[in-house]
This record gives sequence, structure tokens and C-alpha cells, in this order.
Amino acid sequence: MALAESDVKWVDAPKLGFWEQLYLPALVDGVRTTVGHMFGKKLTEQYPEQEPKLPPNYRGVHRLNRDEAGRVKCVACYMCATACPAHCIDIVAAPAPPEWRDREKYPETFVIDELRCIYCGMCEEACPVDAIELTTLYDLTGLSREQMVFDKEKLLSVFDTTTAAGTDPVRTRAGRLSPSSEPPPAR
Amino acid sequence: MPTVYVNDTPVEIGTGKLNCIQAADRAGVLVPHYCYHEALSVVASCRMCLVEVGERKPDGTVVMQPKVVPGCQTPVKDGTVVVTGEYDKRDPAAEPLNYPADYTKGGKPGERAKKSQADTLEGLLVNHPLDCPVCDKAGECKLQDYSYGYGRSESRMVDDKFAPPNKPHLSSKITLFTDRCIMCTRCVRFTREISGTAELMVSGRGDHEEIDVFPGRPLENKLSGNVVDLCPVGALGSKDFLYKQRVWYLKAAEQVCSRCSTGCSVYVDHNKDIVYRLTARENPQANGHFICDEGRWGYHFANSGERLTRPQVKREGRFQPAPWVQLTPLLKDELADAAKGGGLLAVLSPFLTVEEAFLYATLFKGLSPDARLILGPVPVVGEDDRYPKDVRGNPVEPTTFVIRAEKCPNRRGVEAVLAHFTGSVTPFAEVVRDRPALMWFAGGYPAKEHVEAAFPTDWTASGTVVAQDILPTLLTASAEYVIPATASFEKDGTFVNHAGLAQTFGRATRPPHEARSELQLAFDLLGRRGLVQAAAVRKELAAAIPLFAPLAGDVPKDGVKLGS
Repeated sequence: MALAESDVKWVDAPKLGFWEQLYLPALVDGVRTTVGHMFGKKLTEQYPEQEPKLPPNYRGVHRLNRDEAGRVKCVACYMCATACPAHCIDIVAAPAPPEWRDREKYPETFVIDELRCIYCGMCEEACPVDAIELTTLYDLTGLSREQMVFDKEKLLSVFDTTTAAGTDPVRTRAGRLSPSSEPPPAR
Repeated sequence: MPTVYVNDTPVEIGTGKLNCIQAADRAGVLVPHYCYHEALSVVASCRMCLVEVGERKPDGTVVMQPKVVPGCQTPVKDGTVVVTGEYDKRDPAAEPLNYPADYTKGGKPGERAKKSQADTLEGLLVNHPLDCPVCDKAGECKLQDYSYGYGRSESRMVDDKFAPPNKPHLSSKITLFTDRCIMCTRCVRFTREISGTAELMVSGRGDHEEIDVFPGRPLENKLSGNVVDLCPVGALGSKDFLYKQRVWYLKAAEQVCSRCSTGCSVYVDHNKDIVYRLTARENPQANGHFICDEGRWGYHFANSGERLTRPQVKREGRFQPAPWVQLTPLLKDELADAAKGGGLLAVLSPFLTVEEAFLYATLFKGLSPDARLILGPVPVVGEDDRYPKDVRGNPVEPTTFVIRAEKCPNRRGVEAVLAHFTGSVTPFAEVVRDRPALMWFAGGYPAKEHVEAAFPTDWTASGTVVAQDILPTLLTASAEYVIPATASFEKDGTFVNHAGLAQTFGRATRPPHEARSELQLAFDLLGRRGLVQAAAVRKELAAAIPLFAPLAGDVPKDGVKLGS
């Protein structure tokens, strides 16, 4: 749609007076800002020599948590894959091994395409057993697209490294199946 | 006209024998229920359908019963007043009835029913494990739906839940998650009343009631898969579908089962062009409420890794893939040559839709009036299997469900097309020893045996064979041209069942990437232009063959009986 002439408001640039035409006040103002920063608090981060300390709720690379027995905590319910707005999670579920007495279902494969992911944290939010978490690992690089597709083993290894390094302790409750399946807190 | 008042809305019930649930359904009011099923007997055991009932006298006064009653077990008659828990959402246009003052005792109509439903649900959930995240039923579970709609948001249960062990030994195809069961006994009644085989039973009493089979008699009958559909919760699971997909990813296409000539209406649940399961779709004209296990679990051929997925041409004794742009002119030339010499034989299988059969027949008869059109091998396995049976497996009258021996969906449809073009129907067995210059075998058989059983063991190909099929067979091995066929899930069309019921259906999944539908191929060979639409071909067919005239317009959902 073309603009109507009545919608257009013409503005003239303000005329410079004698004081503005001197440019000196503006120059002095600029120098004052520069010198002020030279003696003020240093803000520049010396990355990568110094790595930043990120808050624990930072949303970086995913990990799959392990339970006390070292098994993957995930029950392959597909809630994360359903919640994911980028469709980057692919799960293949299977009946759990018979020796896992407390489970009926587990993920045979669990793949996250870290390139497709938008790091919104919805998967973490959706997980009923607190199995998927976003860590503070932010410097994710790879030499190919394939390297950036993380499978179950890789995601579990992220859990192992981040918990060993102490950067990301397991911050969620050691989940049973869901809060609704547990008795209410004792009054 | 007998009138029933459901939440003040008058509903005329005609001469029907209805219960409160059915009467409310006619008024557009859902009375939640688990154990009640239209096709099964009424036991009123789940207590989810509790409603308040009364009677409106001819003078306009209303008398209400002091207690809530199960809607499924309470018949309605002229003047019956039904007040459900949804009374506060009633039609505002309906004129309120003149309820007696002592009926509500200070409350509102429907409040007692509502509270009863909430209490019932709380009772059902006492021992329910609430493992919805790992339960395959989640998303289509009535316990979820009703808990959301009518239940409490939190549990008051403080004791440990009773969790009996699962029973994967129930059947080779079905597993029981015992702790999820709400004891509606739909499955038990199904095996007693519909299949008649009575494998399932309830053992224990009260809290310890469990569904079980008798020792050494697992749930193995040809209708067993229906108990999975019937189960309103996630207790009975099909091992075939277990953990394959979450149900909310599935898209349901209304289709017709192609595994026998009953032509059961089914939902084909699919996602990303893979068929994951078939469930029964109610059709009183074809199958009623149920389908058989052969059909239910007979979809795997469409996902088979063996499938022919691309057209191939035999060159120097070896099959080589041929793109359609090269293949179509080649086939046209071959057909024209064979038609000139009068040696064109076309075999149209009973797995083709009537539209495909019609277009193929038009094509071959158009090339040469001497072209012979033959009905493809009609697979017949055993005898018709009739249900219900008694516990020894002998059929009992009256028959309510038949699994036909004829394992193809559209013999009658293809026969009608052939009869129109050739005057009579020649079965394949009569021509199998003939040596035509070109045999076009339009197959689409879901099992190799169907094709291979029709050829004698010493059969060898003569002339050119164009084999169009889903799976590689002896015939495709000796063919010159091998063309992939599409499964019934992958096409639009019409099947005519054993009784002449024509059912149209739409496509569920897409055929393999390099495959072309039979209709598309016939269009290409006929040199037709424009979009390939089964509906347009159906119109053409209806105009050409009087028997198919009822298919000219929109075909009803339950199909239309031809020739009546």
C-alpha cells in the first residue's frame, strides 16, 4: 500500500548554533567518557584465556542423567521430543531389559541434533523423571554436522564429565516417575 | 412420540430401546463411561455413568429418584428425566423442568451426579500407578480424559499402591499391565460374548481382582486384538505396537482392510508415511465394531524391507533400475506391439481398486479389442471362520463376525469391471498355461504365497511379462519389467466386499519414493493429462457401468450396497 501524503510528517534537521559549530564541547565530552573508562572498573572479559563463570541455569549442551545404578534415567516417554519446538530430539523406545525391575520402557536410542536445537530448555521442563538437563557447557564445536548429532552414549558422557568436573551438579530431584504418582507430603 | 428430557433438553427417542447414555448421546451430552460398550452386555460395574433420573408426569410435575443410578443400566421411556453431572453446561435455550423442591435439598440439579463421578474416579485411581509417561495409551486414555474432565486434581491416597505384577504371558500378541486395570471387564465380556472363546476371567475379589487367563489357555483367538481397542485404559497392550509410537503423533486415516473379502472399516494410524497400527472403525454394514487379527496385524507387508520400490528392467539377464521417463515410452511400445499381434493378456488382481481396474481395462481394451482381460489369482485360505464360537472352537449361531476364506478385498468389484469390458470373467487358472506375447500382471498382493500358489511349479515365462507387485515373487523374477505396486494404504479408491458393499477410502501413507500409483501409471500410458484423482475416475466409472452408478456422487461413510 502506498503511503498517503497526509501520513507523512516532514522534519527538518535542527540548525546548528554558534556554540555547536565550534565542535569543541562535543570533543571534550567524548574525551571525558574515554578517560573515565580508563580509570573505571574493567569490564572486558579475557576470553578464551579466562573462561566465564556461568549461572547454573545457563542453557548449554544437553546431558542425559544417570540414576544411582548408572543406568540412563530416561524412560523414553517422548515428552521432550513432543515439547521440542525445533524437532531436534529423536528417540526409539524399547521394552526395558528384564533385569531392570523398576522400568518397563527405556530409550534404545536417544539422539539430539545440537545444530537444530535452539536451547530453549523445553525438554528439561517437560521431562517427568528429570533425565534430560541443559548444562553450562557453551563452547560446543565440531568439524562436521555428524559430530554435532549427539547420541545416547555421547549425552551420557556429557553427564559423566560435567558431574566429575563439578561444574553441573545434578540439580533436579532424583526423580521417581512423577510427582503425581507419589503420596502428598505428610502434614 | 416418546420424549426423554436430558438436562432439560427434550429428545425424541422413537421406538428405540435406549439407556440413559444413548439417550444423552442423542441430546449431545456425553455421559462418561468405561464398562459400557454398545456391542457388549451391560454390567454397570465401573459406576462412572452415574446420573440422576426421574419422571415427568403428563401434567408437567417431575418426580426424581432420591439416589443416583448407573446410566448404562437404566432404560429410558416416555417422560424420563435424566440429569447428568453436566447440568450446569446445559443448553440455555431449553426450558427448565419443574423440579420438585425436595429434590436438590438446597443444591443444584446435577450436583450429586457430578460428585458421584468425581468420587468414582478417585476410587478408580486409588491403585492406578499413574505411569502415563510410559503408558502407550496416554493420549487416548479414557482414564486421563475423564480425570481431566470430571476428577480431582490431586490424590488423597497416602498408603502404598497395590501393584500386582504384569502378565506378558496373557497371549503371544497381547500383554497385560495388571496394575493399570480398572476392572471394567470389557475384555472378559468380549471373549465370552463376541469371540465366544472365553479365555479371560476375573480372579480374586475386591482390591485383589485381576484379569487373568486360565492356566495353559492363553488368549489366542483370531479376534483377540479387539480387547486392546476395547480397553479404556492402558492395561491391555498390543505387543506389536508396544512402545513404537506415542499415539499423539499418529494420524488416523479412514480406510478399508484389504486382507479378506469382509472389507472391514479400519483406521490406519500412520506417521511419517509408516503404518503403525490398524484399529477397528465402526461400520454396521461391514464389520460392526470389531476387526480380526489377520487384518489388524496384517499391515507389515507395506513396511517390509523386501518391497519392490522402484521400476526395473531386465537387461542381459539382470535387473536394472529404470527411470519412469524411459520406462513409460518403452512400456507403451511393448503394449502397442503386443496389441497389434493380438497377444495381449492383462491380469487384474482382486487387490486393485475398482477405479484402477476400470482404467487398466480401458487402457488395454483401447489398445486392442482383442486384448484379453483376466481376473488375477483369488487367494482362498481354508474356510470362512465364523464367530462367536463355543469354548471347543465350534461356531455358534447366530453368527456375528466372519473372517472370510477369500483373502482379497475387491474380487466382486474387479469382476464387475471385467464383466463390463469382456462380457464374462475368466479366472486366472484357465490362462496360466497360455503363451501370450505380453502378459501384464497387475498384482498388488500383500503376500508372496497368493501369487506363487497360482502358478504351477513347472511354469516358465513366455513372451514379455510385465509384473507389477508389492513383494518380489517367482513371477517378478521371470519378468521382463518389474513395476512396484502400491499397498491399499497408499491409494484412494473403492473396494466392493463379498456382499456387494462398495466402500470408498482415502490414502493414508505415501507410496515408496520411486513408485507410481496404478492410477498414475494408467494415466501416463493412456496419455491423459492433469491431476490423477480417484474421485474423477470413479465418476467416469459410475457413468460407464450401471452397477457402479451409486458411486457417482458422494459415497456414504459406511459404504453403499451395489445392485440393490
